[in-house]
Amino acid sequence: MSTYLQNFLKYRPLLAELTMRDIKTRYRRSVMGVLWSLLNPLCTMIVLSIVFSNLFKMDIENFPLYILSGQVIFNFFSEATTNAMNAIIGSASLLKKAYMPKYLFVLSRVTASAVNVMASFAALIVVMLVTRADFHWTIVLAVIPILLVVVFASGVGLILATYAVKFRDILHLYSVFITALLYLTPIIYPMSMLPGMVRKIVMLNPLTNMVLMFRDLALNGVLPSPFSFLLALAEGLFVLAIGMYVFYKKQDSFILNL
Amino acid sequence: MNNTIIEINDVSVKFNLERERVNSIKEYLIRRMKGKIEYDEFWALRHVNFKINRGDSVGFVGLNGSGKSTLLKVIAGVLKPTEGNVQIHGTIAPLIELGAGFDFDLTARENVFLNGSILGHSRKEMLEYYDDIVEFSELEEFMDVPVKNFSSGMLSRLAFAIATIGKPDILIVDEVLAVGDFRFQQKCEKRIQNMIGKDTTVLFVSHSIEQVKLICKKAVWLEKGHVKMIGTSKAVSAHYELS
Repeated sequence: MSTYLQNFLKYRPLLAELTMRDIKTRYRRSVMGVLWSLLNPLCTMIVLSIVFSNLFKMDIENFPLYILSGQVIFNFFSEATTNAMNAIIGSASLLKKAYMPKYLFVLSRVTASAVNVMASFAALIVVMLVTRADFHWTIVLAVIPILLVVVFASGVGLILATYAVKFRDILHLYSVFITALLYLTPIIYPMSMLPGMVRKIVMLNPLTNMVLMFRDLALNGVLPSPFSFLLALAEGLFVLAIGMYVFYKKQDSFILNL
Repeated sequence: MNNTIIEINDVSVKFNLERERVNSIKEYLIRRMKGKIEYDEFWALRHVNFKINRGDSVGFVGLNGSGKSTLLKVIAGVLKPTEGNVQIHGTIAPLIELGAGFDFDLTARENVFLNGSILGHSRKEMLEYYDDIVEFSELEEFMDVPVKNFSSGMLSRLAFAIATIGKPDILIVDEVLAVGDFRFQQKCEKRIQNMIGKDTTVLFVSHSIEQVKLICKKAVWLEKGHVKMIGTSKAVSAHYELS
């Protein structure tokens, strides 16, 4: 165990450099640059809130904020896992030539997205200011659900990255899956709207819990129940453990399939 | 202190060459059920055994497909041997294939730090080496240019300069000296000689016997995954040239 820790400490600069590279190359050669991290969620929010506020007459008092807060969490998860999935495949040329801990490539994608989520968080605060929403002190604690998503997404990312090396189908399957997941997470609709059966399915989605927690903390000034916090933590750690296990078991065969 | 720096104990590496590449889950499952996944076994290395001492310079010669690069990958820790084991007592700086460690959208300056971290150097260490890298690679005016605009010669100069910083215990040089102009090749050779003088162990792969004789004291001749001969570079290359 201690050798793994030593190895991690030795290669920690690599994690930082890879994260920085991911952030830098993302917006290279775009005029607005990093501003896109802020603009992107804002623009999607505007589109979604125009479409859906006309489509359903829902009793959510600040619909744009409702959508945006859900998006912050969901987009973070979707971006982090999709990028993590490509991490090993995308670094093939490097992994074939030099030794370095491979999981760092997966983690760096998640950390880069985590930096990005701070920008969407800033977008949320801007919209809160513009719409004159009430600020609650609990907004400070909103980083907790974000950290829970980091754990969860790292686990999912490790699993995806591992199997995507062998089966490239995963890349295509996952984009469909993510779309399905979007509708199984209460982002554009309120939980109260769901009939019993569907509600159960939506509650089974680990992201639902994390989105609700984030919303309660950031917008409503409500502390989540210890149960929902512990549940999210347990789910995250469980998936992370599985991810670490399959990645560890398969990592030596990556080079043969790249 | 133990003088052995690399121990290769009965190493064999097997590749499964899939006759038809199975790349999708559907195909995989269908074949699995039919019991039809066929592999051609291919042993890239077979029972390779030798030791390398600290400060040695070893050249690897052999025809294409004799297992030179596979052996270096095993030593670098990229590839796990199917059988046997490799013990390394020191740090390794692999002179990665041209540009493999580069992100082509980043500038040369940013790539220096990225590449350094791949070799396990922190940003602070890299700042100390930075001037030396720029000077050796002679790319001063180009450090803020994205490396996708570099010529292959410029890339190899930068890659070589980064890989040879500091004092690695083991330096692996795989065919990279073939690029770059004549003058730069000489400069690289000189630098490698210098490192050998400072106790760095150099593993060198080249198709140019002349280069091997010039740089290495010892040589290993591989043929079809077996070690055919180990000895001084002069003796080995004499036999190799005759074959």
